[in-house]
Amino acid sequence: GGSTGGGGWRRPHGPLQRYYGPSTAEAAEAPPDPTDINGPHFDPEVFMTKVRSECPLGQLLAREAALGREIRALDSDMQTLLYENYNKFISATDTIRKMKVDFRHMEAEMDDLAANMAAISASSARVSAALQERHRRGGARAVLRHYRHLPSFRAIEDESHAIMADLAQRLRARLREETLDPKELTECVEMLLQLEEPAEELSEEFLSQAGARLEAELGGLGCDHPPFVAQGEFCVTAVREGLVVAFVRWLCRTARGFADGPAERGAPAAPPALLLLLARLCLDYENSTISYILTLTDQPVPPVPNVPVPPGHHLWSPRAPCAGSRGGAGLSLPVRGAAVAQMLRKSVETRDWLGTVEPRNVRAVMKRVVEDITAIDVQVGQLFEEGVRRAQSSDSSRRAFSVYSSSRAPGRYAPSYTPSAPMDTHLLSNIQKLFSERIDIFSPVEFNKVSVLTGIIKISLKTLLECVRLRTLGRFGLQQVQVDGHYLQLYLWRFASDERVVQGLLDEVAASAAHRCLDPVPMEHSVVELICERG
Amino acid sequence: SDTKVMTCAAVWRMPKELESGSHESPDDSSSNTQTLELLCHLDNTAHGNMACVMWEPMGDGKKIISLADNNILLWDLQESSDKAVLSSSAALEGKGQLKFTSGKWSPHHNCTQIATANDTTVRGWDTRSMRQIYCIENAHGQLVRDLDFNPNKQYYLASCGDDCKVKFWDTRNVTEPVKTLEEHSHWVWNVRYNHSHDQLILTGSSDSRVILSNMVSISSEPFGHMVDDDELSDQEDQHQEEK
Repeated sequence: GGSTGGGGWRRPHGPLQRYYGPSTAEAAEAPPDPTDINGPHFDPEVFMTKVRSECPLGQLLAREAALGREIRALDSDMQTLLYENYNKFISATDTIRKMKVDFRHMEAEMDDLAANMAAISASSARVSAALQERHRRGGARAVLRHYRHLPSFRAIEDESHAIMADLAQRLRARLREETLDPKELTECVEMLLQLEEPAEELSEEFLSQAGARLEAELGGLGCDHPPFVAQGEFCVTAVREGLVVAFVRWLCRTARGFADGPAERGAPAAPPALLLLLARLCLDYENSTISYILTLTDQPVPPVPNVPVPPGHHLWSPRAPCAGSRGGAGLSLPVRGAAVAQMLRKSVETRDWLGTVEPRNVRAVMKRVVEDITAIDVQVGQLFEEGVRRAQSSDSSRRAFSVYSSSRAPGRYAPSYTPSAPMDTHLLSNIQKLFSERIDIFSPVEFNKVSVLTGIIKISLKTLLECVRLRTLGRFGLQQVQVDGHYLQLYLWRFASDERVVQGLLDEVAASAAHRCLDPVPMEHSVVELICERG
Repeated sequence: SDTKVMTCAAVWRMPKELESGSHESPDDSSSNTQTLELLCHLDNTAHGNMACVMWEPMGDGKKIISLADNNILLWDLQESSDKAVLSSSAALEGKGQLKFTSGKWSPHHNCTQIATANDTTVRGWDTRSMRQIYCIENAHGQLVRDLDFNPNKQYYLASCGDDCKVKFWDTRNVTEPVKTLEEHSHWVWNVRYNHSHDQLILTGSSDSRVILSNMVSISSEPFGHMVDDDELSDQEDQHQEEK
């Protein structure tokens, strides 16, 4: 048989190969031989008969011994193969695991390498930019600034400043010369800009010069034209882009900053009134102001035909002010809503709902909530339009606030679900919830008062709901929730875009309170109404 | 009578038939109701309402940490599991009523680290010294509700809160979150990593939604891995959202 070596793969030879034998094709060609012990058609009976008749005893015994040895050798070969295969499999798994780890290291190193390369190319770019021989004024100035702290450079810098100041002087003088043609005029101004002379001054100077010259020329033609019509790439760039567009962009960024930033990371939040104002401002800008300003800018400065001018609506990217104002309105929402919500949360968390006495009044905090929301309504109403409300049903102000969802007025859910067999209330309310309209608490806010107020109310009531869910109430605790809920519903429905929103949320508050109550016995509705009227 | 409601913690033994992950759902009508066997209480009368209880992720199953008001309590379950002894504790000092809302025991670092949440702050603690390791101030704009550690990446932690956001942190550099998810529209109450595939994160919120997110870029295998056939068919069924 074959030797059992260590690792390394070798073809099974010897008995194993004989066992696995010639390929099936070859075997098919050979004549079927029942006595060929390695053949596919081996028949033991036939073999034994033949051998018994042919061979003497001695040979039979020898053959038997040989067969035994071969079988043992085959077995051991097979076991070896199995073991070797298993080892290879395990080491393959180990190798793959190691590869994974190594690749992770490599990946980390590659990241480092990439970072270093980026740093290197950045510094190299900086260095070459600084040292590159470009226009004398531009390039040298940067280098000088950089090495300012070395005294020798300082001297050079001072000297070159003097030279440049002198140059600027001379350019300005030249600017005023009457003999310049427009092209030279433009060049002069460009050079002055590069010398970092103030742009507004230059533009004024340029405009007045150009204007004066044109007037003179036009005067020669005898036409009646407006005071000056300045043209040229310079005007477009400086006036339109430099001033107007830059301002608009800055405004946009600032609005975004207020909208995105303050509530995070403990920085002081912008006061809600400011945010509302900002929102209104952005809205107005988006709707009308921008186009007006740009039209105004373009009129006296009609662009030269072959100079491309970015059209107005592109620069004020439509999303930006929307985001700014939406952000402003949207953020003022959570800020306001949060203030009311926080009041409600504290009121739920600090009260002993288990041991409280039978309710005689609406809780003071609820009255505060109504007052605050009324105040917000007034303030927002000053800045934004009213908005649209769903038409109220005639008896909306006298809607009963019920504790159990099953006693709700029909038509609340369409189609209404009537169970064929008695079910427990909890299951019923869950099924009804599936068919009712889902209320999105933080849905997008429109720019009108009703939408803003509805958002605030939703946030506040949702907070109330989530807090009630976490408490354990006694019977009177539940009744107090009942009274408070009815009061809120009486006074808040008129602020919301759809009274069903208020009703729906308050119903959920009631249902959750009932679910968390150890002894859910609701108060008589007439008594609830009485208490609320008194309050 | 005392009408105070108190949140407590206790150790229970599960019925044997439910152990070792038997997947056969019991036939309701015929099975005897299995009851949990109460082993011992974690006595918190001195400490306040229990907010959270965590087993040591690995080891002999004798160590428990509970968070009660502003206290971190480390318990040792006795041999017979009939008594829990307080072996060490730490208290969060500061002004106002500090209360832990949630905590998680990290499976890494030999199970010597936990993370806790109180109000808007996430803190990391060493359980051996009971000292803070790191502190993420204002991790969320509002209350932090839940935390979870990435099972495969040892410095990574997820948090969620009432600002409707889910944030992922590298605890070695807590100045900024590594990633922020803003898929929910109300408070996010729970966040969980999938134990095998840490790119999958499940979050639940009071906006009535449960969202499964696919965060490949911050997972332990950002460049993918060898997928076998079983996995492929599972992935096709899952709702994936990547930010």
